Amino acid sequence: MIDPLRYPFDASAILLKKKAIKRTLLDTDRSFLEKRVAILGGSTTAEIRDTLELFLLKEGIKPAFYESEYNKFYEDVMFDNPKLLSFKPDIVYIHTTTANLHAFPSVGETLESVEKRVRDEVDKYQAMWNKLSQLFNCAIIQNNFELPPYRPLANSDSWRTYGKTFFIYQLNGEWSRQARERKNFYINDIHYLSALLGLKHWHDRKQWYSYKYALSYDAIPTLAHNIASLIKSIYGKNKKVLVLDLDNTLWGGEIGENGPAGIEIGKETPLAEAHTEFQDYARELRRLGVLLAVCSKNDEGAAKEGFSHPDSVLTLEDFSAFKANWQTKPENLEAIAQELNVGLDSCVFVDDNPAERELVSKQLPSIETPEIGGDVTDYVNILDRSHYFEPLDLSEEDLKRSAFYAENSKRENLQKQFASYNDYLASLEMEAEIGDFSPVYLDRITQLINKTNQFNLTTKRYTYAEVEAMSRQSDRFSCLYGRLKDKFGDNGLVSVIIGRMQEKQMHVDVWLMSCRVLQRNMEQAMFHVLLEEARRRSATELVGSYHKTPKNGMVSDFYQRLGWKYKSTNAAGDSEWRWTVNTDTPLTKSLPITIVRASLQTK
Amino acid sequence: MTQETIAQIMQDIFRDIFDQPSLVITRETSAKDIEDWDSLSHVNIVVAAEKAFKVTFALGELKSLNNVGDMYDLIQKKLSHA
Repeated sequence: MIDPLRYPFDASAILLKKKAIKRTLLDTDRSFLEKRVAILGGSTTAEIRDTLELFLLKEGIKPAFYESEYNKFYEDVMFDNPKLLSFKPDIVYIHTTTANLHAFPSVGETLESVEKRVRDEVDKYQAMWNKLSQLFNCAIIQNNFELPPYRPLANSDSWRTYGKTFFIYQLNGEWSRQARERKNFYINDIHYLSALLGLKHWHDRKQWYSYKYALSYDAIPTLAHNIASLIKSIYGKNKKVLVLDLDNTLWGGEIGENGPAGIEIGKETPLAEAHTEFQDYARELRRLGVLLAVCSKNDEGAAKEGFSHPDSVLTLEDFSAFKANWQTKPENLEAIAQELNVGLDSCVFVDDNPAERELVSKQLPSIETPEIGGDVTDYVNILDRSHYFEPLDLSEEDLKRSAFYAENSKRENLQKQFASYNDYLASLEMEAEIGDFSPVYLDRITQLINKTNQFNLTTKRYTYAEVEAMSRQSDRFSCLYGRLKDKFGDNGLVSVIIGRMQEKQMHVDVWLMSCRVLQRNMEQAMFHVLLEEARRRSATELVGSYHKTPKNGMVSDFYQRLGWKYKSTNAAGDSEWRWTVNTDTPLTKSLPITIVRASLQTK
Repeated sequence: MTQETIAQIMQDIFRDIFDQPSLVITRETSAKDIEDWDSLSHVNIVVAAEKAFKVTFALGELKSLNNVGDMYDLIQKKLSHA
């Protein structure tokens, strides 16, 4: 069946089959992340809410909704609507549009006066955003403004100081500035979306006058998908790997048949140019932290030769995994996911061959296999509009990710030369910097908390504001981060522990580690510092729990391996563990890691 | 287009929107007969009908509709003037 929730969205099918689609999405054994979403609308939002629900369910997020009364977005926040207060949203989506701008400049107004209007709008919204952050520590998703349906000034509307278009440009510029400066604040770019669909398809005056919808019914899926993309990205549900076929995907023609001179890439033909654009796009994704992999039915030597073509944008170093052989694609995709330590559901697979796509969709339904067709000019379009990789808070780590994986392959080569794994670890000259959360790391820490699935004992998710709040309460929380570097490079910030003091017990609410540093004894180093912390705070006991999810099986016996005492297991498979600070001793005595205790922050 | 064809298409729309595959509607059916028929599903029915018959209802045209039969008549009138 064609999925109406996949780009290009089928607005008619969504409208008609909404309830059936919802039923199907709920009727699975997957576990949903439950989130509370407040929709504060400057216009009617009922159909937006329903459609957003579908897109969120598709991403594995089950929303509970609060909806403001019609056009009460501002009052609900500023005058403390008790229903909103008791709802306690995790996410607030503010659906305001150009229809909510009452203070358009009047003909003849000066720039100074228009700038004053812009400031007034910013002040009004800022008060609301500040209050929301204070009240709920929530993530805020705020529409910017679409261009107006009409413009009596015609072309000069865009440059005259009193033009509506000009006014909206100024406002959107301010909104962008806010997004750069505020934490936990994200622009839902309806200015772009409305341009994408075309203003004449976006605006529907009849819908406005009849039901007070500020956009057409046909535009609602595009809007809802955009909001859902931001939300899934906030909760770490972005895809991580783009797996690419080679022949007629990354270049035109067949490398095995024709050799590097015979493939279409570069500027010589229209087809070559189109493949070059696609390679450019993939390379840009890589720079943003998306991992690239090759999955191709080819002789490996021939496949690699393709990247020696002088016009190839991508080089072999751009790929974190490379599978060119005669095994089936599902087999190779599983091998790639394993090699990169990611779940299959973190991968997007692009292949021009419909038979291969069909096979992969059937055998590995958790891999996202978009119907990209067989025309390279559609590939970028479909990938771009699908928002698989929606980048939000790009951390240093994202921008360096591909380098980490390249260093990893050097480490693997070294490993082969040592008699024992311990000798190998010792040779890495590892140094762990472990310290209390500090502001410069909060972005990365929040990102790890929200996207780490495998080495994650509790899979508790927190927003930036929540993490920041905990880091400030050093009397109640022990918030530790760990960075690991070795002679091949810096792995960056890779581990997080949050311990919560409750009388004489310290509860380990969060313990996670990036799979980038598995089997390097980093968890032992973190444990070492956690114990120091426990002693410093005179805690008598550590309380650890393992909360089972479909993805964190690798740490189900983690506490046991560390030597903690088993307490209990419930029906869901969640277990509890204890460590007595004064009498229990760590199983591992010596570590191949030098621990550098980052100095305590001045609070 | 005959009333029967219009009724058939509209019945399918109602069944989809309310997710009740055996729902039967007649000319006399109105909002009070279907539990889920709220203001939102009302808009959805109107928009779906516009799409299905490729017609657009003018502002105010929908005000005088009291039941499904009135809607059939309006659609038929629109189609015959098309």
